[in-house]
Amino acid sequence: MSFSWMAWTTPTALFFCAIAALILMMCVWEYFSPGGNPRAGILGITTTRGDRLFISLLGSAFISLAWLGLAEAALWWSLLVCMIYSVLVFRFC
Amino acid sequence: MKNWNNKAWLLVLPMLALVAFSAVIPLMTVVNYSVQDSFGNNEFFWVGTEWFEEVLHSERFYNALLRNLLFSSIVLAIEIPLGVAIALCMPRRGVAVSVCLVLMALPLLIPWNVVGTIWQIFGRVDIGLLGHGLTSLGLDYNYTQDPLDAWITVILMDIWHWTSLVVLLCYSGLVAIPEAYYQAAHIDGASRWAVFRNIQLPRMKRVLLIAILLRFMDSFMIYTEPFVLTGGGPGNSTTFLSIDLVQMAVGQFDLGPAAAMSLVYFLIILLLSWVFYTVMTKSDADAAPGLGERS
Repeated sequence: MSFSWMAWTTPTALFFCAIAALILMMCVWEYFSPGGNPRAGILGITTTRGDRLFISLLGSAFISLAWLGLAEAALWWSLLVCMIYSVLVFRFC
Repeated sequence: MKNWNNKAWLLVLPMLALVAFSAVIPLMTVVNYSVQDSFGNNEFFWVGTEWFEEVLHSERFYNALLRNLLFSSIVLAIEIPLGVAIALCMPRRGVAVSVCLVLMALPLLIPWNVVGTIWQIFGRVDIGLLGHGLTSLGLDYNYTQDPLDAWITVILMDIWHWTSLVVLLCYSGLVAIPEAYYQAAHIDGASRWAVFRNIQLPRMKRVLLIAILLRFMDSFMIYTEPFVLTGGGPGNSTTFLSIDLVQMAVGQFDLGPAAAMSLVYFLIILLLSWVFYTVMTKSDADAAPGLGERS
């Protein structure tokens, strides 16, 4: 079975591996600490750690797009911003 | 203390496999295409984020996005109040209920391309009832040449097609209100407006949110009806994001830019869906404190 039609590249494969690893880590976390640790953060809504991961990933996607559209600096810097943003989301949301 | 049984997650596996084949694999392919260029023959060349930059600096993309947002705002502003008003006017008991429900459900049963064709003929100046009627009245109407006429026709078509969904959802919320509420309001001498404001509207809140979510997402992803009716014209006046995307991917065979654009489009839809979902679940939690919390 050939997957050449999917036009895989190493960077995109690594990207999806990272997403899969994050989901796997969340599963392991949930196994050892069930319940999702729901709490109401600064957004004023109750979020579980799965919600916080989703908010982190979605927000990171928009940060990267905004970086591409507005900033001149290399995209690697947006990765740093995304990581800081994700830490803040997991800490305060 | 609750005992958690994570083995239940195994029951999700069949659905996960289905979603993987129907959504995740195609999405992965789109991501792969978005960072490459292709000249056909299944040959691809790495271009990095070039297509994303092109899309994000493209006036064409922002114009289509603005058209989409404007269209969704207009149809929501009309369909939601109109749907609520019709639902309030519908009978609650008797044979008329079935008749009204069937009549309301009819537009929803018509395939989208057929709706486009119906309105294409309906709006024609030479043979269409609407077009011919308006021109006979002396109005300068031609949806194939005038952008404003095209917009009005597309909006009217959407209202005709989808207001029924809002009506049916609101009606289901209305009939679920116990009679005792109305009796209490009657004893208190509440006006018709007070009954609507304090009883009917709060009890319809959940179905209304679902209606708003469904209508917003549908209108934001609209493709078939305007494509059949106007083909995106005159000019680009009714070229919404989905039409633009298909023109780019299928018409011009620009797979890379189309993939990048579809991912940006997808992210916008994902964000808006999440916002709506959050508002809905928050309103549920507010309505029933403790519902959204797990002990």
